[in-house]
Amino acid sequence: MSTMTFGRAINAGLRRAMDEDPKVILMGEDIGKLGGVFRITDGLQKDFGAHRVLDSPLAEAAIMGTAVGMAYRGYRPVVEIQFDGFIYPAFDQIVCQVAKLHYRTQGAVRMPITIRVPFGGGIGSPEHHSESPEAYFTHTSGLRVVSVSNPQDAYTMIQQAIRSDDPVLYFEPKRRYHVKGEVDEAVDPASSDMGAAHVVTRGTDVTLVTYGPLVPTARDAAIAASDDGVSIEVIDLRSLAPIDFATVEGSVRRTGRLVVTHEAAQSGGLGAEIAASITERCFDFLEHAPVRVTGFDIPYPYSKLEFHHLPDLDRILDGVDRVLRRPNSLSGPATEGAAL
Amino acid sequence: MTEDSTQPGAGPDSGSDPQGAAPSGTGGTVHPGPGREGADDLVRLVDHHGVRHPDRHYDALVADVDGAALQKLYEDMVVVRRIDAEATALQRQGELALWPPLLGQEAAQIGSGRALRSDDFVFSSYRENAVAYCRGVDLGDILRVWRGNASSGWDPYTINMATPQVIIGAQTLHATGYAMGIINDGADSVAVTYFGDGATSQGDVNEAMVFAASYQAPVIFFCQNNHWAISEPVGLQAHVPIARRAPGFGIPSVRVDGNDVLACLAVTREALTRARSGGGPTFIEAVTYRMGPHTTADDPTRYRDANELEDWAARDPLARIATLLDSLGLLGADYSDAVKAKADAVAAELREGCLSMPEPAPSDVFRHVYSEPNSWLERQQDHYERYLASFAPAPQEGTR
Repeated sequence: MSTMTFGRAINAGLRRAMDEDPKVILMGEDIGKLGGVFRITDGLQKDFGAHRVLDSPLAEAAIMGTAVGMAYRGYRPVVEIQFDGFIYPAFDQIVCQVAKLHYRTQGAVRMPITIRVPFGGGIGSPEHHSESPEAYFTHTSGLRVVSVSNPQDAYTMIQQAIRSDDPVLYFEPKRRYHVKGEVDEAVDPASSDMGAAHVVTRGTDVTLVTYGPLVPTARDAAIAASDDGVSIEVIDLRSLAPIDFATVEGSVRRTGRLVVTHEAAQSGGLGAEIAASITERCFDFLEHAPVRVTGFDIPYPYSKLEFHHLPDLDRILDGVDRVLRRPNSLSGPATEGAAL
Repeated sequence: MTEDSTQPGAGPDSGSDPQGAAPSGTGGTVHPGPGREGADDLVRLVDHHGVRHPDRHYDALVADVDGAALQKLYEDMVVVRRIDAEATALQRQGELALWPPLLGQEAAQIGSGRALRSDDFVFSSYRENAVAYCRGVDLGDILRVWRGNASSGWDPYTINMATPQVIIGAQTLHATGYAMGIINDGADSVAVTYFGDGATSQGDVNEAMVFAASYQAPVIFFCQNNHWAISEPVGLQAHVPIARRAPGFGIPSVRVDGNDVLACLAVTREALTRARSGGGPTFIEAVTYRMGPHTTADDPTRYRDANELEDWAARDPLARIATLLDSLGLLGADYSDAVKAKADAVAAELREGCLSMPEPAPSDVFRHVYSEPNSWLERQQDHYERYLASFAPAPQEGTR
């Protein structure tokens, strides 16, 4: 067990995967000498060589397309997309090739490609550096999508993603890179399931579902609510495609109330999918319609306004109040003695 | 028609042959050899009259092609033209949903395809059925996609040829990445990617050339300039001969008469040798002509001049080799009969392969989306199977 930052945990996971499998290669912009703009690949080119940690020319479609060719040849490429907003040139290769080749070839060709994407806002960046594009990919069959929220998961799940024979988008919450946590480096990646959601905080009144950068915020919300006598169960999805609906459903059957929060825009997003799926699965157990607390349907705003866009503790608690039918931002003035 | 041109004036409205691929008449085009700038002159060893012209540079690359080998190349072209005609007939008869004919491009595909080693790997578009034939594909497998029975005809690793790519130009990046893998493996095989003149406008193709040059990847960019991207003439894609672009990426290029099977063999061999010996990528522009429609759903009479087709028919890739063989006394009745019999047999096998193709099962719609279990898909498949089962006849009383 050792204490390390989120970013260092990913680095350690990459290092272990490269140690264990010579077919694992890293591709991306500035990932070699520089170690990546976030230093996630720091030292790996020096230790594994330029033939395994490739500084790529600046063309995301080509990085992804050549990764497809590498996978055809039997490699396990780990591609770094420098920032979320830079992934779109590679979108065609991801959606039309990476996602579909296994289906197209009736299982003959596997695409064990891991696509690392630093995502989300909160770091005061200019446009294109703070986006949450995960729903584009969860809507694309053939891809697996995960998002990590803590150093231990970051360490374990990067190895699980690399070991997967299916392509995995691995979304890293860039504003949490410097968060420290305990990491057990001896853990066997095969001993746990990348697809399983985790209950972060047990609770009985409301199920609060989130992932990635908002998991710590949701946990803080649960602590704050408990001071107010409200018991929130926080679920960290970890896997966004497929979602472990069994875990979410089990929780909602007990609490009867569901709040989903994510940084990504609301309409057509993951919150909508979760609300619909849970309503289909356990409508009779719901005490209130599911509520989404999300980013707005706007282009990611300039940084002085980003905290008006990003869900925070108070907006999450406002959503919790709504499913509890307590006074909230939409209910007008507070009413005495509102029942739980 | 214009003569071979170094100043193509290739505006979209500048005539039917903006890329200047007309027969020279005199043959024996003088070209400065590999590594030159420009690459505008066509490499041509057999002209459209069937006259073999000596070439100081390229003759050595085809010195082993004796009469028998030339007869084999001709047989290949006859056979793949027959495959093409049979598939078109199958489409007209309602057995195929669609077919993309290669008529006119036999020399480009056979000449290059026959240059490859079995451990080379091909990444093609959807029109390279003659290349697939060279790779040894099971004939029926060529048709599986077009019959709608599968999204790919074959397992790529059985013939070292990726399944045909529909997204224009995307496969050039796959070939480049594969070639980067060849470098890492210390192997001496080569990735060969086929695409058309239209694809050269795609970002993927240009980015592939950047990456291939940067990593000195053993990849051959084999561009069949067949003059038409559905209805758009090559002049709309390129204002200079396409081969001239590659040197700008640091990639040597050559422009070859794509209707001359011997020249296509020669230039591909040269590129393969370069790649195998660590010399990196090569760009080949094979100047040819799509004599048929884009696909069986297309109507070229809406956008191109009948005279243009006639001009190119006079440069037919098969006719010139037949003439050459005849002049060498190698087109006797026995040989001609054997070639015809082979083409007939292949056509019969193709038709049989088409008609006997097994139908997919409804549950196949869910297969192979993932290689690992997926909870979303399992749930949907379970629901759909129960839905289908709901149509099963109810058990009769007393039959339980």
